[in-house]
Amino acid sequence: MKANVILAGVGGQGILSIAYCLCNAALKRGMNFKQAEVHGMAQRGGGVVSHLRISDQAIYSDLIPEGTADLLLSVEPLEVLRYAQYLSPGGAVVASVTPVTNIPDYPALDGIVERITRFPQHCLVDGNHLGTVAGSGRAANMVLLGAGGCRLGFSLAEFEPHVRALFHSKSQRVIDINCRALQLGALAAKLYSEHVEAGRTPQEALQAVGEIPPAELTERAAAEAAASGGVTMSSGR
Amino acid sequence: MKTEVLLGDEAVALAAIHAGIRGAFSYPGTPATEILEFVERQARSNNGDAVPVASWSANEKVAYEEALGVSYAGRRALVSMKHVGLNVAADPFVNSALTGAHGGLVLAVADDPGMHSSQNEQDSRFYAQFAKLPAYEPANQQEAYDMTLAAFEDSERHGLPVMVRLVTRLAHSRANVKVREQPVQPNPLGVVAEPKNWTLLPVNARRQFRGLVEKYDALTASADSSPYNDLSLAGKRGIICSGIAYNYVRECLNDDHSLLRISHYPLPAKLIRDLVAHCEEILVVEDGYPYIENEIAGILGSSGAKIRGKRTGDLPATGELNPDLVSAALGVADRERPEPCTDLAGRPPQLCQGCPHTDSYHHIVEALKPYREAVLFSDIGCYTLGALPPYNAIKSCVDMGASIGMARGAALAGVHPSCCAIGDSTFVHSGMTALVGAAETDTNMTVFILDNSTVAMTGGQTTMATGDQLVKLLEGLGVDPDHVKVIEPLSKYHEGNVRIIRREIDHKGLSVVVSKRACIQIKRK
Repeated sequence: MKANVILAGVGGQGILSIAYCLCNAALKRGMNFKQAEVHGMAQRGGGVVSHLRISDQAIYSDLIPEGTADLLLSVEPLEVLRYAQYLSPGGAVVASVTPVTNIPDYPALDGIVERITRFPQHCLVDGNHLGTVAGSGRAANMVLLGAGGCRLGFSLAEFEPHVRALFHSKSQRVIDINCRALQLGALAAKLYSEHVEAGRTPQEALQAVGEIPPAELTERAAAEAAASGGVTMSSGR
Repeated sequence: MKTEVLLGDEAVALAAIHAGIRGAFSYPGTPATEILEFVERQARSNNGDAVPVASWSANEKVAYEEALGVSYAGRRALVSMKHVGLNVAADPFVNSALTGAHGGLVLAVADDPGMHSSQNEQDSRFYAQFAKLPAYEPANQQEAYDMTLAAFEDSERHGLPVMVRLVTRLAHSRANVKVREQPVQPNPLGVVAEPKNWTLLPVNARRQFRGLVEKYDALTASADSSPYNDLSLAGKRGIICSGIAYNYVRECLNDDHSLLRISHYPLPAKLIRDLVAHCEEILVVEDGYPYIENEIAGILGSSGAKIRGKRTGDLPATGELNPDLVSAALGVADRERPEPCTDLAGRPPQLCQGCPHTDSYHHIVEALKPYREAVLFSDIGCYTLGALPPYNAIKSCVDMGASIGMARGAALAGVHPSCCAIGDSTFVHSGMTALVGAAETDTNMTVFILDNSTVAMTGGQTTMATGDQLVKLLEGLGVDPDHVKVIEPLSKYHEGNVRIIRREIDHKGLSVVVSKRACIQIKRK
């Protein structure tokens, strides 16, 4: 297995937590990985990016060469466009459509979404909505991990222990929110792709997913996750 | 052997711990901060054992001197800092080459090519050469670990401090690393037997320097046989690469180029000569200044192979390397890729919502509005973001602590009002010394100390003089207590704070206004 992943978002959105889960899933499989990130002045509420490379061979550059990323995964729609040149011909763009508008000249969201949908392989999820359904908008990062992580060949069950480890110092409630977010992301991505393949526009596909009642969505997400490889959650929300 | 997931910074830190250090010393600075943070976390989890000591020092000079004291006592020490921090530590660094090291002393310095979080991209390899000290330049996290362990051994074998040079893309990149199961036995306490070697009166210094020159010549001669420098001769096109540049070369190339891989300085002169004699042309790939390129080609160029690199425009003269720049320089065929989106709105860093600096700048900018000749000098920290919209408040940022000295100089030159904004940690780092002089001569200027009780930009490390302690310190430095004012930067106090500030601006002497409110990030921790 070999994968180059660009993780993008805005400082504070928790893309390093996504990286943590992916790295540890790779490690568990005995793979090599390198994961490069930015700190300091480069972070304060600005755009952030992490380069993650996974391979069973030796990995040289910490930075992904342009045109070789298998996945651009972003918790924010504008940020994913910044890394367009990294995408490989067969690569996929998986992004949240929830904007972070902390700059005065944030462009029209429709335009951003339209540009994302021009990539041959793409998937859109509403990170904030799904995070909220899971229990917190802040879990949008785990939603995106669920939405895009399995494209690399991992199962949700491989991410789950690391999601737990990330939040082990918080309450069980927080752990459960993030595990649910993971499952919801996976289901929402699957449904979005099915709708688009069936001929719906991206907006229609997003709307269709968004209209599913939260309780039903959560149940289906849990059932899908269990069917695809065993995800256990504590009872109680 | 076991496997750990480590940032390049953390690999250095763990190696130092495994080398049995007594203490690690540092001042926060991206991209080196995580080195001491790792030692701190390890020390905390050692069941209250006080060893190794993990110390955030007032500045990098002090950090280096503290490490030097540990070395004097026969024990091992790690000192770490960012590249510009070495400018601050340069005095003890250069002179420690003459005293030598007793217990192993390793300086880990993290350069920032591309200036992700710095005012320049200076290359620390020049410092090692300048001081006549050996240096390692790892390419990856495993080498960062292995070479730091080797550096401690070298330091005791040669009796010299040793540098380990990282760059941002290694410091802040994570990978799996094979590490020792257990640390080595720490050295026992044993102070230097010949204190005259450490007392640099001219009579001693001349002898020590002659000794250093001999040692460095010997190190230069043995560089060719270092296991960390590797020459493989093959085709007529050659590459010299150092540190992380090797990764970019290997990423795009695996053919019959001749390759000289350098990870250990002084430079291996014979290996370089052999490569130059063998090849028709050589590309020099290094992340930082064209240090190796200059050494080889200098003013006269090379009499053998044609040398290409940053000086010839084959690689950019500024900014960090990446695999795409290197593959272009090597003439590797371009890959298909989407067009970059060059029209996107930028998303620069900014102050957090609720940051006390926002209110401080609101008060200060309002207060200064009637004074059209006012200049607000500033310094390094989160508050440097006050240069950007919507604040547009500060008019300079040069180096740690510069704001106070510059404000004094400008005041003496006739600027009025001459003001500066500096953080509490930056103040202790190197603002205090400038304030002493301003107080002694009661220069007509106003100093704003933005006291948020932390070192915020680098992640919230502890600061030394905050709150009441800071006020006492100001009075101790000679500032007139009647002109030390403490305000709380909040919008509800805006009018009152503006009045206080204007009174101090109008005072024809030194005033210090402390704008005190805790960083909201540390409140969240």
